[in-house]
Amino acid sequence: MSSKHTLSVLVQDKPGVLARISALFSRRGFNIDSLAVGPTEQPDVSRMTVVVDVDVLPLEQVTKQLNKLVEVLKVVELDPLASVERELLIVKVRADATTRGPILETAQLFKARILDVTPEAMIIESTGNTSKHEALLEILTPFGVKEIVKSGMVAMARGPRSITDRSGR
Amino acid sequence: MSESVTEQPRTAFPSPASVAKQVQETRPAQAREATGAESLVLALESVGAEVVFGIPGGAILPAYDPLMDSTSVRHILVRHEQGAGHAAEGYASATGKVGVCMATSGPGATNLVTAIADAYMDSVPMVAITGQVSSAAIGTDAFQEADIRGITMPITKHNYLVTDPADIPRVIAEAFHVASTGRPGPVLVDISKDALQAGTTFSWPPQIDLPGYRPTVKPHQKQIREAARLIAASREPVLYVGGGVIRSGAHEELRALVEATGIPVVTTLMARGAFPDTHPLHLGMPGMHGSVAAVTALQRSDLIIALGARFDDRVTGQLSSFAPFAKVIHADIDPAEIGKNRTADVPIVGDAKEIIAELTEEVRGKPGQDISAWVRRAKGWAQTYPVGYTPSEEPGALSPQYVIEKIGEIAGPEAVYAAGVGQHQMWAAQFIDYERPGAWLNSGGAGTMGYSVPAAMGAKVGEPDRVVWAIDGDGCFQMTNQELATCVINDIPIKVAVINNSSLGMVRQWQSLFYNQRYSNTDLHTSVGSRIPDFVLLAEAYGCVGLRCERPEDVEATIRQAMEITDRPVVIDFVVERDAMVWPMVPAGVSNDAIQIARDAAPDWDREESEAYAQGTDADHSETGGQTDEQSDTQSDTADQEA
Repeated sequence: MSSKHTLSVLVQDKPGVLARISALFSRRGFNIDSLAVGPTEQPDVSRMTVVVDVDVLPLEQVTKQLNKLVEVLKVVELDPLASVERELLIVKVRADATTRGPILETAQLFKARILDVTPEAMIIESTGNTSKHEALLEILTPFGVKEIVKSGMVAMARGPRSITDRSGR
Repeated sequence: MSESVTEQPRTAFPSPASVAKQVQETRPAQAREATGAESLVLALESVGAEVVFGIPGGAILPAYDPLMDSTSVRHILVRHEQGAGHAAEGYASATGKVGVCMATSGPGATNLVTAIADAYMDSVPMVAITGQVSSAAIGTDAFQEADIRGITMPITKHNYLVTDPADIPRVIAEAFHVASTGRPGPVLVDISKDALQAGTTFSWPPQIDLPGYRPTVKPHQKQIREAARLIAASREPVLYVGGGVIRSGAHEELRALVEATGIPVVTTLMARGAFPDTHPLHLGMPGMHGSVAAVTALQRSDLIIALGARFDDRVTGQLSSFAPFAKVIHADIDPAEIGKNRTADVPIVGDAKEIIAELTEEVRGKPGQDISAWVRRAKGWAQTYPVGYTPSEEPGALSPQYVIEKIGEIAGPEAVYAAGVGQHQMWAAQFIDYERPGAWLNSGGAGTMGYSVPAAMGAKVGEPDRVVWAIDGDGCFQMTNQELATCVINDIPIKVAVINNSSLGMVRQWQSLFYNQRYSNTDLHTSVGSRIPDFVLLAEAYGCVGLRCERPEDVEATIRQAMEITDRPVVIDFVVERDAMVWPMVPAGVSNDAIQIARDAAPDWDREESEAYAQGTDADHSETGGQTDEQSDTQSDTADQEA
């Protein structure tokens, strides 16, 4: 069983709530692989997607500790097989007249988009999961990767139900 | 059987939930013009706060103006904010109400931090109110600015930064609600100076808005039934009672459960007084300095029923070898405690009071295994290895344990005892009989030296009719004795017993045992060789009565003399021998099986087992005796039950 777990955390959109959550992970000794925050369909409610690298038992402690935070409304662990997960990658790669073609071809293979082209470089945007981006970067690296930025992972359970329907506590 | 469960008289020790209910009780809605500061004081009055311990300063100054006119909120000016925090804790722990402390921004607020951390570790219902620099100056490194909300995030149950005066009544109501319900704890409310100064409208009751805060109070029926099933199947059960039983006011329910089942009880350092020490089924305190009976009963039990306890490392010792044969029923209001250190076979989330009451009902109808042999064994350990001490061989030397024992005898079970941290704390936990919750106050989780004097002060304010003793050490006393001034000026006549061994005694004990008697930086010079400071003179400088006692034959008379002084605080400098050690002891990080009753002296299990065999008292167990046999023996018992 993989030790990576994806947690969806619904929180009240209040100042300091992000600090509370990230501080909780660090003081209880848990590493965050990635964390993404944004608004939701409900006003005043934000949703965080947190990927943590822990075994099952400590994970239970993480979710219990998260639930103790007064501003946390719900914590749900997403089953990777029953959910969709996406992150955004933006990469700036060295590209001159000779390499632009092969890079463009790579981008098309990965269904990535070109955001910016200059005589010496291109910026490529891709959404997908971590393994897709690892593969993309592996191919781009020989051309000369100048800069990478990634969003945290965001994820949602498949099927008709909403996270707010499910009892997470 | 106890008669007290169904018809419980109005307890002098309300549960946090009942306090919260009072908080929620509506006074007639009233809307009036007020400044933020007036709104704060009105909110404190409306929520039922009686006492605030604090010190004013720049940012909180606006609040102190209307506070001066309040007739229902008494402010007690302390000498250090840490004292305000511990006083609020002592008040809360003795009365069960929410303790309140107040400080200004920056250093005022950071001085509260130790007490807040202490309250967090020991689940003390407390609200700390701090001033903050004006909202426009926040984040600019303004004079006396500190991000106290950020600083206290990991040590509060919840905290607030208020910059809009309209939020003040709601935030105060929420703070008291959160502090006193569920697992109690400290809540900090930081209010910017401009919010205190601005005009607003005050109305009460405010709308509490806490959608993410829903503590589970009522236990799940299925879990109760499952727990009762385990109890019925157990032949060697122990009730492992923690501070949660005191916080929830579940002592009567606990007593009924014990009397319905006959299961022996151990009470942790935080739970001293949750069950009467003089009850024949009380085996004492478990843990590093616990009684042989309590430690051994847990180690050898086949079922631990943990009630409001959290399997702290000071109780379990080496976790992997703690109670190796026991199944665990773990009842706690905080789900995060269940399974944190020890896996629970039956987890029960809920308020201890409800859980214990329902469990008692459930087990009453279920005749269980015969546990009488086990109870006899456990009582046998308590008889063979009572917690005791060997007085020093030096003629005339005063044993600290004797002093503390005598204080307990003379002041009795109705008094309140607040200890500092260290050897004297352990002796006070061991040698005073606690018969009621709220009689024993100490810093258990955080281990905060200096807790005693201000906590005793807070307790005396909350329970003015009780005798309140601070049992302190010479190290601890020097950390917070400035609050004696507060006590004298505000007519708070506490009694302080300084157990003066001229050392940081517990550290010295470890140096004696584990560092080849190399006493690095533990000599405090408070009695051996010099008296710096002279505690009697110090006490008198504060306007207290200062007494000194150096001989065993003077102890009783000195304590009685102190008991007779009721118009001002008394400080007794008990000059005790410095080599006394706290026993029993389980060295840090090893199995509780390695408990020692004195230096290099372990209980004689061979003798115990063979005596038990000779008396035929131990039919469940094989006759060979010895610790190893005993363990395999218990294992086969467990196997039998599962078969």
